[in-house]
Formats: sequence, C-alpha cells, structure tokens
Amino acid sequence: MSTAQAHEGVKPAKKRFRIDYHTFGPFVALVALCILGFALNPAFASEGNIANLLTRSAFIGIIAVGATFVITAGGIDLSVGSMAAVISGVMIIVMNTMIGTTGTGVATVLVGCLASVALGLLAGFVNGFMTTKGKIEAFIVTLGTMGIFRSLVTYLADGGTLSLAFDIRDAYRPVYYGNLFGVPIPVVVFGLVAIAGWIVLNRTAFGRYCMAIGSNETVARYSAIKVDRVRTLTYVIQGLCVSVATIIYVPRLGSASSSTGVLWELEAIAAVIIGGTMLKGGYGRIGGTVIGAIMLTTIGNILNLTDIISNYLNGAVQGVIIIAAVWLQRGNLGRINIFRKAGS
Amino acid sequence: MAEFASQAILAASRISKSFGEVPVLFSVDFDVRAGEVHALIGENGAGKSTLIKILSGLEAPTSGTIILDGAPVRLPPHGEAEAMGIVVIHQELNLAEHLTVAESIFLGREWTRFGFLRRGDMQNEAQRILDSLDVAIDTNRRINTLSVADKQMVEIAKAISREARVLIMDEPTAVLTPAETKTFFEQVRRLKAKGVAIVFISHKLDEVMTLSDRITVLRDGQLIATVETGDLTPDAIAEMMVGRELSNLYPPKHEPDVDAPLVLEVDGLVALGVRGVSFALRQGEILGFAGLIGSGRTAVMEAIVGLSDVHAGQIRVRGKPVRFSGIGEAIDAGLVYMTKDRKGKGLLLNIGLQPNLTLLTIKRHIRHGFLNEASEVEAMERATRRFDIRARDASVKVGQLSGGNQQKLMLGKAMETDPDIVIIDEPTRGIDVGTKQQIYHIIAALAKEGKSIIVVSSEMQEVIGLSHRVVVMREGRRTGTLEGAEITEGEIMRYAAGLKGEEDDVHRASA
Repeated sequence: MSTAQAHEGVKPAKKRFRIDYHTFGPFVALVALCILGFALNPAFASEGNIANLLTRSAFIGIIAVGATFVITAGGIDLSVGSMAAVISGVMIIVMNTMIGTTGTGVATVLVGCLASVALGLLAGFVNGFMTTKGKIEAFIVTLGTMGIFRSLVTYLADGGTLSLAFDIRDAYRPVYYGNLFGVPIPVVVFGLVAIAGWIVLNRTAFGRYCMAIGSNETVARYSAIKVDRVRTLTYVIQGLCVSVATIIYVPRLGSASSSTGVLWELEAIAAVIIGGTMLKGGYGRIGGTVIGAIMLTTIGNILNLTDIISNYLNGAVQGVIIIAAVWLQRGNLGRINIFRKAGS
Repeated sequence: MAEFASQAILAASRISKSFGEVPVLFSVDFDVRAGEVHALIGENGAGKSTLIKILSGLEAPTSGTIILDGAPVRLPPHGEAEAMGIVVIHQELNLAEHLTVAESIFLGREWTRFGFLRRGDMQNEAQRILDSLDVAIDTNRRINTLSVADKQMVEIAKAISREARVLIMDEPTAVLTPAETKTFFEQVRRLKAKGVAIVFISHKLDEVMTLSDRITVLRDGQLIATVETGDLTPDAIAEMMVGRELSNLYPPKHEPDVDAPLVLEVDGLVALGVRGVSFALRQGEILGFAGLIGSGRTAVMEAIVGLSDVHAGQIRVRGKPVRFSGIGEAIDAGLVYMTKDRKGKGLLLNIGLQPNLTLLTIKRHIRHGFLNEASEVEAMERATRRFDIRARDASVKVGQLSGGNQQKLMLGKAMETDPDIVIIDEPTRGIDVGTKQQIYHIIAALAKEGKSIIVVSSEMQEVIGLSHRVVVMREGRRTGTLEGAEITEGEIMRYAAGLKGEEDDVHRASA
C-alpha cells in the first residue's frame, strides 16, 4: 500500500522503457536455442535452414495466433487440428470437382480457398455458439468437435487419403513453395497474420474486451461488454486462422488424410503458453505466441541437425521446454507476490 | 435450565483485535453459559463476525484471553476448535452440494474400519440424529436437492454429531421463511434444553427478543452492554445499537429544488429478491437506500440497470418508460451503476489503472477503428486529478491499490460515462475514514452539479449523513421513506427490522 501511494497522482505507464518479461523471456530462450543450434551444427544458420524452419512453423504459428485470442478470453479450442484436417479434405474435394467448370487454373484454387474460409468461420462459430449460448465448457465442446471433425475427414477420405488432382497442383504450388522477395510465402502470411492479430488484440476495443473477459467475466458484464458475442468471435477468429493455415498447408503435400494435423491443437496451445499468454485467460501476447511457435519448430530442427539426442525424443524435449517455460513464468509471478508482501 | 445456570462454558476476556493498523474490537468481554441462547447484535461492521471468528479459533485475538471451562486456552486455527466442542454454522452454509445428507454429517470425521467407510453405521447414526431432531430428511438425499431450511437442519445435525457444547450461529434465519424459522427455533430450544450453549447473531430484533436469554450489543468494536433479554424493549435495543453523534465527516446538504424534475421513477418493480418496490428520484437529489443485508436493495438497482430480469413494474427515466436489457443500454440513457463488489464485479485486479478506467467507455477512445492511447492517457490524468487517485503509475496492478484508491478509480470509471443518474452501492465499504470523507464530498459535489444520486449503504451513518431522503427496505419491499428530521438511526432501524412499516407500502406491495 505504501509503495502504491508514495507519490501524488498517477503517472502514465512508461511503456517504452519497460521490459515485458512475458515476451522478453521467451525471446531470450529462443535466441539461446538458436546459438545452441549454431554451435552444434553451423548449418543451422544457413539461409536454407532458417527459411525451412520458419516455413514449417507458419502452420502452427498462424493457428496459435487464433488460439491466443481464444485463450486470452478465457476459452480453449482443442478442435483446431481436426478442423484443419477436415477443411483440407473438403478443400481438395471442392477443387477436384470444380475442375470441370472452372478449369485447372487460379480460379479453382480461389474457389477452394473460399470454401476453406467459409468452413473455418462456420466451424469456429459452432464452437463459440455452443460454448456461450449452450453454456457448455469450451473444453467439452471442442473435445466433441475435435472427434467429429477427425472422423469426418476419415469418412470423406474413406479411410484413406484424399489427393489433389495433379492438374491443379501447378497453379496452387506457389502458395507453399513460392516466395516474395526471397521470403517464403507461408512466412509472409504468418507475418501478416501475426501483425493483424497484434493490432486487433492490442489496438482495438475488441482486444481489450478479450482481455477483460478472460480476466474476470463478471467485471466484463458489469462493464457493458457483450461477453457472449466477444467470446464467440474469438472462436470465429480461431476458425479463420485455421482456414488460412490450411490454405498454405494443402499445396505442401497436396493431400489430406485422417493423420493430417494430428496434435496441432496441443502444439498451438503450447506455442501460446510458451509465449507468455496465461492459460486461465486475461493476458495475451501475440509476439510471444509467434516466438513460441518458432521455438517448437526450432527444437525439432536442431535435433534433426545433430545426433546428440535422438530425433525420436523430439516430443520429450518439447515437453520439457513447455513445462520449463511455464515454470519460469510462475517463478516470475511468485517473485512479484513476495515483493508485494514485503512492500505493504 | 436452572441446573446449568451461571456456568460459562466459553468466555472471552478483554479481547482486542486489529487488522493491520485498523482496530476492529476494543477489549470486549463476552461469555456464554450452558443451556442459554446468547444473542449478539450490532450494526454491520460493529465487530460481530470478528468476535465469532475469535471465539471459534478462526482468528487469533491481538490481545485478551479465551476461557474454556474456566481455563485460559489458545484455540487451534482452521476450525479445529470443533474437536473441542465449539461449532460454528456460518451464514453461507458450508455443505458440499454433491454429497448425501449422511456423508455431509460425517464429513471430515468418517467412521472407518480397516480403512474402509462404515457406510451403514454412519447412515444409521445420521438417521438417529435427524430423528432426535424430529425432522424428516432422507439420509440418502443429495444436499443440492434440499431446501435451504433442510440444509440448515443438516448443519445442526452435523453440529450435534460433533457433540457441540457451544454452537455459534451467524444469522441462521436470514434465508428462512417464517414457517421454517419457527421449526428452526424449536430445534434451537431442544438443543438449549440439552445444555448446549448457543450464540446467536441476528439482525431481526423480534427474533432476538423471542429466542434469546441474554443480549450483547456491539457498536464500532466496543462492548456497549450485556443485558437480560426481559429487561429491554426492542426500541431500547435499537437505540443501543446506534446512538452515535454525526460528525463533520459529511458535507453540508444542499436541498434540491422542490420543483426539480423527476429523473427516475420506479413503479411496482418486481424482480428476483424484489417484491414490488416504488420510488422516485429528483434531479440533484441524493436518495439513500437503507436496510439490512439481503433486504433487496442491490437487487432493485441491478434490476433497474438491466443486470437482472425485471418481472413486473415500470421504470421511467425522465418520464420515458425504459426496460434495459444490459448495462450498456442503461449507460446510453445516462444511468450508471457502481457495484458494491469492487473486486469481484467492479475492477480487473490483475491489470493496470488505465484499462480499468476506460473499460466502460472504450468506444470513446477509438479513432479510425483503433484505440487512441493518447486519449486514454488524457482520461486517466483527468480522473486522477478529479478523484485524487494515488498510485505509483498507471501500470500498477489495480489489485495492489488500497481499497480507497480502488473505489476512487471505480468512481472515475463510472463518471467517464458522463451520467445524469449515478447509483452507488456501498460507496465506502472497506475504506479508511479519510478516503470516506473525500468520497462523501465528491458525492455531494456531484449532486450539487445537478446529477441525481442513489446511495445504497448498510452503514446507517452514511445514509443519514448524505441523503436528502431515505428509502428503507426489508425483505424485498419498501417499508418506509423518511425525509428531513425523520432520518434518524432509530427510525431507520425500526423500519429495517420490521418493527414499523408503512401501510401504504404494504398495500402497494401486495397489490
């Protein structure tokens, strides 16, 4: 109390000189990881490897940007991996059937993309609507839709693999393999999504509402915020992000099966949490999420480039990193609490 | 009863208690004898709950001694005093909703054999206890299927199964209907006849008169008197509970113009916890709402601003009928509501001051679709000056602010909406006297500016010191409206405790 009241009046927060530990911490960890990677194998820092690494982190990264909104507003979406799979499947079916009417060019690809976006928005809305209006916990709703989406793609592929017609692949290929001024297209898209996400979360009323709801839903309601609407919108944003990720994922392999996007939901949530967003909501960091997503891919990449640890232990190392990251964040919070006790 | 007489089981001697630097109890003596009902009464904040917590070991006294069976003891914390026969039934019942009646009665001290529960034995014992209380509750029923009164009975059964020698009950009848209260009293008398010492806290003076043998009155943490119930009239008790002088804590009152327009009219409002309430608010007026906790004052306000459903009745703002579906619409109409639950409903504790201040009005800080931080900073500076908010800087988490600064921040947040009508629920709960005074002056200044203000408060002094008129509520109804010289603590207490009620109001409520 004494520290809080030591000075007359309230000075504006000095944002520019303050270090945001929640974002800064993961950033330091990422830099350390990169230095380690370089030390173990100088090929890590090659342009080709970096481009490959960033491209691969784009899928999870884009989905994780959406997940940042959902989690910040106090929700959770477990269905994103299955959603990506079913959207991939439907996209491929739509494009294959459209060859007859719109040909094998860009037009067909655009139709496929439109279908993807429509499906993503719809799936997100369903998740959001059932959570808010249906008053079912997000965990349960999205656990349910996760199973539904996963089995839908298996059904559509008839237990096998849905393949994109080879005629269209040429038109669609650049979306994954192309580049803009030397930067791979997926990385460009990832960057744009992240910037858009950052602006929406930090510079709009909607973003402020997300944080308020995740922080305390009752306060939000007493502050004239339409809680259900904002919550639902976070799931819609999540759906949109999944569809964007799918659009750049499909040309990579040109196929979809029941094993597409398996465990993406966990990687996305891990990226968000490593990035410093709190799982219980109220505090979201898009920048941290981006770093988290890159970190997860970097771990796998480094294991690929060295033989100190078996590549099969990728998941184990990721797991250790996730737990360590959260432990460090909690430790931070603990220190603040101790400080507060001492101050009052 | 004579056989137990004058034998104090549990006594408190010269107990004082401070929280930090705030003293809440000053050298209080209290004792309870076997086979008596000792009522503990006093205004909100008089120190009753603190005394109970000390008597049951939940809080340790700052100084003074607790005497059990004639010997000084140090009660163990965390409710372990139950093992010593001191059992508390809290106002909000402490039962696990999904357990059965039998499981609840034995919770925490289950009978086992070789590590396994003796379910049958416990069931039989639970049944035996319930039978001895003469209540018919199936021991297999889940707690969440029981009525509040039955839950109360389960709490009593639980107390008996713990062989309570001292039973402390915090407002046990607050949630009971008159019929249930009657059954409950029978149980209390039964326990009393068995020699249990009972401490009974209630705001309902008539109940205190019927049930208790002795009465102890606390006021502002001081022991005012302990008397035999027969020696006093309810009026005399009400006088003892209040009876303070008004200090200069309060700014002078500026009466609104007699012909000032009515800005808010409420007619026969019915909502959850509200049973037909009517009142009107004039421009520039401060209208107080007094009553006991749970009398429906907050429910009235929350229904008006659209936080809960209005079942019947009419609300008019400046003559125009309105029915808000959410707080946003109320704000658009110039009405703002400040909740009494600062921490749970009013402020986001884990973020800084600025986002809290502008949360209600964030739309006004948007330019071309994006937040304009400069305009938010400006609002923060404005509010800081106007309401004298003190913090190191705007990034300090609101949870770390003192209660007074939180309250001022909430005032700032509400006033950002530029309202005509301000409803403030408990304006100074948990706030030091200095800040209280500041807030009173702010409220008076707002009224002088022509804003119309409703102050809901359980602190009678506050209602009296601020209001031009006072509406008194009891059990979801308006029992009286006081004006001018009628606004006294005794008078408010009489209406609030149900000793007095306007015929007019009763008729209107039943109509």
